[in-house]
Amino acid sequence: MIDARGQSCPIPVVMVQNAVKKENHPSELQVKVDAKVCVENITRYAATVGYTVSVEEADGEYTLTLKK
Amino acid sequence: MSKRINPWVLITGALVGIAAVLLTALGNPANMGFCIACFIRDIAGATHLHFAAPVQYFRPEIVGLVLGSTIMSLASKEFKARAGSSPATRFIIGAFVMIGALVFLGCPLRMVIRMGGGDLNAFVGLAGFFIGILIGVFFLKKGFSLKRTYEVTKTEGFALPGLLILLFGIFLAVPSLFAFSESGPGSKYAPALISLLVAIVVGAFAQKSRLCMVGGMRDAVMFRDFNLLSGFAVIFVVVFLGNVILGKFTGFSTISQPISHSSELWNLLGMVLVGWGSVLLGGCPLRQLILAGEGNGDSAVTVLGMLVGAAFAHNFKLAGSADSLVDGVYKVGGIATTGKVVVLIGFAVLLVISLLNSTLVKKEAK
Repeated sequence: MIDARGQSCPIPVVMVQNAVKKENHPSELQVKVDAKVCVENITRYAATVGYTVSVEEADGEYTLTLKK
Repeated sequence: MSKRINPWVLITGALVGIAAVLLTALGNPANMGFCIACFIRDIAGATHLHFAAPVQYFRPEIVGLVLGSTIMSLASKEFKARAGSSPATRFIIGAFVMIGALVFLGCPLRMVIRMGGGDLNAFVGLAGFFIGILIGVFFLKKGFSLKRTYEVTKTEGFALPGLLILLFGIFLAVPSLFAFSESGPGSKYAPALISLLVAIVVGAFAQKSRLCMVGGMRDAVMFRDFNLLSGFAVIFVVVFLGNVILGKFTGFSTISQPISHSSELWNLLGMVLVGWGSVLLGGCPLRQLILAGEGNGDSAVTVLGMLVGAAFAHNFKLAGSADSLVDGVYKVGGIATTGKVVVLIGFAVLLVISLLNSTLVKKEAK
């Protein structure tokens, strides 16, 4: 689980990008963020590297699950 | 159209372009319908933080942009008081971003507006802005972070919007307390309430769309994501067409451009400072206002840093002066030696901040 809560734009996307590269395109990745803008940015990035994203929201925090 | 382009970005870009042309037609300075750096500088002048007579007016646009963002983020339940991500560092970066912008004579938003008005000096600024973004992106890839924010009390989130509303109320009630330019850019302004209303609309849309001048190029370089860059392009096209329609477009040139100088090296370097600093901050000056409106205390501190940077820029004569005609002779403007030295100091400061907050110097945090 990548914890990108509180990180300002575009660091959450960089964290996901690094994880995708480091783990050589894993079949599943989870990211936690606390701003809607990060959900949008990560979702857009994930689509470019072939992932679909599902989002769960609880108490203003979002858990994104990226799947191949 | 690519699914990755958010239509709100295109709409906001068009709105910003229309607002810039409209506010200029209603009295704002030429090619300065909307300029975050210039308007914060004018507010610094109006509130007696600097004494440069031509640039003093309490610009309602700044109040409106923040307020529009607050209204939209409250309505969409996105307003969240947060802070704690290296506020003092952000204050300093904000001040240098402002100094870089005033050396060039405009923030990234005015750079695009100047480009749409045919000012080729702004294209040199664009080159510098791009170089600055590339430097910032390099450090982002090396793990640069000013660390995370945390949720804080509501008062922190409302601090800047509240302060601006209070000051604007006092400005309307007792204008004589504030300084007003009698000539120069500060003496040119659209009717205050129209400026406020237009800026509230733009601020609301900018919050919704996340429009950001630096974000556009940064995302295009880092992620091949052209979403925000599309807003940048739309502003250029709308301002260009607006100027053509209103008969104000006289071709592309570096000479005799409104509030612009042709000392190209310093146009370039000023905007390198703006681009680099803005990437470290996570957004351009416009975006900082919008984030402050959403409750981000760090961005509010950044805006205050920009205000102080503007005051320093004029008190220490760091800001650029425009090309002018003196007794029929064209005089190239530019910046004084102090300004040149401070731009170079700015690079040194950004380099230290970039290095100390990236994995080039520190070990990656677990």
